[in-house]
Amino acid sequence: MAVVTLASAIFSLEAKEIVYGAIGLAGSLFGVAALFFLLDAPYVAVFQIAVYIGAVAVLILFTVMLVRQERWAKEVKPASGTTVAGAITGVAVVVALAFAVVDANLSRFDSVSNTATFVDIGKLISTGYAPVLEVLALVLAASIVGALALSKVDREGSG
Amino acid sequence: MNNLADFVILSAMLFGIGVYGLVTKRNALRLLFAVELMINAANLNFVAFNQYLPYAQQANAFGQTFVLFSIALAAAEAAVLLSIVIVAYRLHNDIDVSEMRTLEG
Repeated sequence: MAVVTLASAIFSLEAKEIVYGAIGLAGSLFGVAALFFLLDAPYVAVFQIAVYIGAVAVLILFTVMLVRQERWAKEVKPASGTTVAGAITGVAVVVALAFAVVDANLSRFDSVSNTATFVDIGKLISTGYAPVLEVLALVLAASIVGALALSKVDREGSG
Repeated sequence: MNNLADFVILSAMLFGIGVYGLVTKRNALRLLFAVELMINAANLNFVAFNQYLPYAQQANAFGQTFVLFSIALAAAEAAVLLSIVIVAYRLHNDIDVSEMRTLEG
């Protein structure tokens, strides 16, 4: 699962056609959902599949198809220095975080000790975090209204 | 894949791939992909720590709940960014971020 997640993450960034990249991203998100299952968090996994694969990936695919054009086939190559700099930055981040993980000796925790179920999640959301849920609903509504307003086609000229 | 370090290292690698994409890519959609990968790495970390090291060593779902909120926020962010991409494409016929100089002072 880890291999699938990482490979399709790289593929999503490096695929020649951006449509394949979008599909690679969906594969990577699916891999993360599978990891949530492995972590014994099925509710989060199902939520991830529903929201990311069901909504975000489809939205991205539609956008890709809307703005696709032929000359993307020969996507502008960044200067070779940029690629090297990016690779070095990425590897440096991974190495730094890996040192932190090894230093904290996280591998001594070797069994999932949390037995929380979706009942706990529901209690938490509907009691303590209810205001957060309300605010989040407002944010979602506002962002969708904003997205619609942004992409509204101005038809006044065409009658 | 059965201890906390494995998940955290995997999440770090996913984050590193996201950083790489953010530095090298010039296409707005690829940047969105990279950001989504980084958000997912963070979410994976939250769930892993919540499951292996629950707060006060008892059943609770703080990390999982946080991730649910985070996923919803990421979806809102993706919607806004995609509509910005569409507007930019309509204005410039291109979504190469290094070509977007309209907002430059």
